[in-house]
Amino acid sequence: MSSPTPLHDDAIHSESFLRTLMRRQLGLSIACAATFLVALIGMPLLNYFSPALMATRVGGFTLTWLILGVLFFPFVWIISWVFIRRSIALEEDEVNAVNLGRKL
Amino acid sequence: MATSLLPLAFLNGVDPWIFTFSFVTVVVTIWMGFRSAKTSKTASDFFVAGRSVSVGWNASAISGEYLSAASFMGVAGMVMSSGYDALWYPVCYACGYLFLLLFIAGPLRRFGAYTIPDFAEGRYDSPVFRKIAVCFVLFIGFFYTMPQMKGAGTVLAYIFPGMPYWGGVVLVGAVITLNVALGGMKGITLVQAFQYWMKMFAISVPVFVLMAVYGFYGSHLNANDRAASALATGPAAIVQTVDRKPLVDKAPADAPWIAPFGPLTTKAAKAAGLSAEEGKPYSLLYTYSLIIALVCGTAGLPHILVRFYTNPDGVAAKRTTMWVMILIGIFYVFPPVFGVLGRNLLPELYAATGAKGTDKIVLELPRLINERYGVWGSVLSGITCAGAFAAFMSTFSGLLVSMTGAVAHDVYGRMLKPNATPEQRMRMFKFAAVGIGGISILLGAQVEQLQINFMVGQAFAIAAASYFPLLFMSVWWRGMTMKGAATGMLGGGLAALACTTITNLSDLKIVNMVEFWKMHPLLRILCEQPAIWTVPLAITLMIVVSKATAAQVPADIRMKMLVLHAPEKLGLKQEYIQEHQASAGH
Repeated sequence: MSSPTPLHDDAIHSESFLRTLMRRQLGLSIACAATFLVALIGMPLLNYFSPALMATRVGGFTLTWLILGVLFFPFVWIISWVFIRRSIALEEDEVNAVNLGRKL
Repeated sequence: MATSLLPLAFLNGVDPWIFTFSFVTVVVTIWMGFRSAKTSKTASDFFVAGRSVSVGWNASAISGEYLSAASFMGVAGMVMSSGYDALWYPVCYACGYLFLLLFIAGPLRRFGAYTIPDFAEGRYDSPVFRKIAVCFVLFIGFFYTMPQMKGAGTVLAYIFPGMPYWGGVVLVGAVITLNVALGGMKGITLVQAFQYWMKMFAISVPVFVLMAVYGFYGSHLNANDRAASALATGPAAIVQTVDRKPLVDKAPADAPWIAPFGPLTTKAAKAAGLSAEEGKPYSLLYTYSLIIALVCGTAGLPHILVRFYTNPDGVAAKRTTMWVMILIGIFYVFPPVFGVLGRNLLPELYAATGAKGTDKIVLELPRLINERYGVWGSVLSGITCAGAFAAFMSTFSGLLVSMTGAVAHDVYGRMLKPNATPEQRMRMFKFAAVGIGGISILLGAQVEQLQINFMVGQAFAIAAASYFPLLFMSVWWRGMTMKGAATGMLGGGLAALACTTITNLSDLKIVNMVEFWKMHPLLRILCEQPAIWTVPLAITLMIVVSKATAAQVPADIRMKMLVLHAPEKLGLKQEYIQEHQASAGH
């Protein structure tokens, strides 16, 4: 509101700013998703190729039941916690960088 | 005396404790709805609750809405009937949220549109596309309301043993429809937050009591392994043994039940007469297709995404998702316990079908405690019934609000009568609520023979092939055009819709396809769980058509992408709106 005409030649509106922004965000998301997908895709494969290992009994549970029915949930919490911390930090970083650029 | 009166015949055999708990839940829910109806007056209150809900309330409300009859009753019933394979459902219901958080929640929230159709229109500047997108709110919504209605019919048939299945569907459907028509979403936020905690209490307390009386989760699973109990030495001996009842004929044997690739995923291959070894690749395919449907489908559920707009800012929206994941993650540990205990303690349910089958294990199991501790079993059973009521009532109301919103806000407010007054819009909201509620009841009355969880999986499969590719690609690829997005969403979504409809028609024996499925087990799996080919189909169509129509990429795409991705503190959204209005010639 302070500036009546939007300045389209400043740093925020440049092609390079958008590219870096999207690349950094997508990079973070993909890193977190990859960790999660390895586990999610790996479980059926483990069940398929080493059924004996996955049927090992742990406190009455089969190993595969224990992982899928109980341990998978905390695993997902850890990934999302890391993601949220990093993505909030990333946003602050970007805001600071832009404000610094505006002052100069 | 009551027994001699014909109209009250359905009250025969009603357990007063169970009846009391469920009745109180319903009355409290309706009372809260009516109370908040007085405070919600404006049209925006009805649509997104004035956009000011705190993180804690919002997370509880999302979880309350998300934990449907499928989570509360269906997961337990399916674990009991199908064993290990059914565990993918609760795991992926919870994990789908992670995908939503990683790729979609933040950008969509920054873009700031009420609903997915709003986003579709804003991203491509195309009112036509909005009309296409609205259809899927209704398609997915109706597929998702059917299992809720089955839950309602099952619970009422349990509380009132004389009542027919459809009676429960009509009663519950009518009550909730009335509540939504009068209260709108503000009431729903409050009611649903309360209902999350009610469901959590109702699923966890009976589990702890049952485990204290009949043996631990692990001990019950251990009993499903003949080899271990025969040895009774080594590590297995540490685990206490439990009493179990003999299985009935219809129940699956222990070995396939407890192991991966069991009855659920091998059904098609078995029907085709393949051996266990030949059928295994089919089971793997089934499992992956199910995982894709559930994980991608969460991101495309119309009634969940709307809630991200009720947070004050993007950071709060992310925190909300974190809390939702914790709240539903804890919840999902419990329903499979019912399934496992139910297999050993109440195997009679395997022999029954429809509303009397395994889908009611959560309701029936706590009652066993009556054998040892007087009425306490009935009290606990009453608590789980109350939780089940909370489950299908909250999900059904949430869906009804989304679907009604789509009809009143999009079809009526934007297409039929763009200059309607707020009073006309409010009246339309109420009419639409009644109409959609009525259709849901009719559909729900047809599906007694289908498993609750299975039907919810189908709604997820349609969402996964339509909204998920739309949102994901629109947010991260600037080369998308409206034609590409529309072709992909329609291609993938309608293919999934057709497959699930065919599967249901043949499972309900409306169309006889038994012989065909026997000949083609692969087709049966790809039809029953279509996500593994419909999601890639949708994405491929989007890319190919967008490339072909690359000249039609919106002119201000860089600005749109900035609004989607730049931190809200930079204030680009305001600038975008001003420019947009200027260029539209206002």
